Amino acid sequence: MPRVIFVASNGARREVSEAAGASAMTAARINDVSGIEAECAGALSCGTCHVYVAPEFASLLPPPSEEEEGMLEFVAAERRVGSRLSCQIVLTDELDGLTLEIPETQT
Amino acid sequence: MLLASEKYLQISSGFIAWRAGAALVRLSEAERKFEEVAVRTDEPVVIVGAGHAGFQLAASLRQSGYEERIALINNEPHLPYQRPPLSKGFLEGNGDPQAVFFRPESFFRDYRIDLVEDHVVEIDRMTRKTSFQSTRSLNYRHLVMATGARNRLLRMPNAGHDDVRYLRSLADSEAIRERLENAKQVVVIGAGFVGLEFAATAAAKGIAVDIVELAPRIMARVVSPVVSGYFQARHEGAGCCIHSARSVSAIETANGRLQCVILDDGRKLPADLLIVGIGVVPNVELAMAAGLPSQDGIVVDQHLATVDPNISAIGDCALFSSHRYKSPLRLQSVSNAVDQAKCLAARLTGKIRPFDSLPWFWSDQGNDKLQIAGLIDSYEDIVVRGDPDQNSFSVFCYGDGILRGVESVNRVGDHMAARRLLAACTTVDPDKAANLSFDLKTAL
Repeated sequence: MPRVIFVASNGARREVSEAAGASAMTAARINDVSGIEAECAGALSCGTCHVYVAPEFASLLPPPSEEEEGMLEFVAAERRVGSRLSCQIVLTDELDGLTLEIPETQT
Repeated sequence: MLLASEKYLQISSGFIAWRAGAALVRLSEAERKFEEVAVRTDEPVVIVGAGHAGFQLAASLRQSGYEERIALINNEPHLPYQRPPLSKGFLEGNGDPQAVFFRPESFFRDYRIDLVEDHVVEIDRMTRKTSFQSTRSLNYRHLVMATGARNRLLRMPNAGHDDVRYLRSLADSEAIRERLENAKQVVVIGAGFVGLEFAATAAAKGIAVDIVELAPRIMARVVSPVVSGYFQARHEGAGCCIHSARSVSAIETANGRLQCVILDDGRKLPADLLIVGIGVVPNVELAMAAGLPSQDGIVVDQHLATVDPNISAIGDCALFSSHRYKSPLRLQSVSNAVDQAKCLAARLTGKIRPFDSLPWFWSDQGNDKLQIAGLIDSYEDIVVRGDPDQNSFSVFCYGDGILRGVESVNRVGDHMAARRLLAACTTVDPDKAANLSFDLKTAL
């Protein structure tokens, strides 16, 4: 079970574990990590599960699809280098310890 | 948490502002009533219905700092869950309901949201009391109708057969998942979003799919002919057979199993599973019985308040007014439910603003992502941006020369830009919209 560390905008850290194959968005929802709204339940339609991937993990993720790119251009918080939609991040054992910062706002 | 005396001061100042007309935002009758009641009582905000609107309201009230009691009345034997995956991912996935719950049980405990698994059977507005099927009752400080809608039923012999299914609840989706394991031939009645999403899922499993639609084209009420035509070709390309301008005249069974569906032209469509998606009916009976004006939905104003200042309505069941549209409307969408819940949570915590969110919708059908910004119902002219033959295009719909709505197929960026443009009532020159080299963001 890969671990995911969510870092709130105030710096508070929360470590959760979720089965490989689940999305980081699902891991946040199932474990009640606040700050990830996921309004469309992972359909890549709302842009409200935005996270900042820590630099050491960014290169381990497959690059964003054209659709995710399109959505990232319109996220509510500032888009940064590590910006991704957590519904598109599939957890794997290689990503154990994946660290994701949650932006201040999703809408 | 304010002391009663502090609250009273707030109300008093509110009254003064309201009387003098000096405040930019006047306290509505409903708001003042809520505050007055709030001073007098420790009764909960009672939310009837734990779908997208009801859940979001409970969550948003807590996020907005509301500290009093909240009772969320859930008439299903599960934690509150998200519906969009039920016609798509949940049908394909491993069927773990965890994947669709909004939040785990601990969320409701931690945020002191009382989940009440029961059915409300009566509302007494005089005593502000809700009565339940279980003979329990609960007095409310403010009552929110988030009762949603139910499927319109097919009425004909054999329509109640076990192999005839509707897709709305988690239980529906679970039953259909199970049947899809062995289904060879599926008939879908109704080519709306849910019917077509299901059809694409079934076709991808290699099941033969027939789709029967009363209207001359699919999704006729909600999309332009361009988008209808595109999706018709895509579904046919995936192996579905679409029977437009047709209705079902009979359902035949044999040996306890569904056999076939007979169309009005006499054609027989063999079927071992029939999915019915012929629209919904808002759940307004409780509100009507309590004397609240209801037509095709519970009538609310732009603040989502009913005629009773102690009662509001949100989501699929609410017939609301918005400055964006001439006549009241009722929308069935996740975004509408969520936005209305947030707007009401703001009002109940003292930040009053009229509801005027832009409607938007999405539907994932097979490998195509359809996204709609605004309503596609009052337009005369369209321009197409991109190329349907490349499976990537948007349709810009204009009425009186003004941009009214935008449909995007596999063009997420267009959709997001369109949502911003339409929300701000900004129009785009049709020639520019049609020009792919024109960056829509520059129009924002």
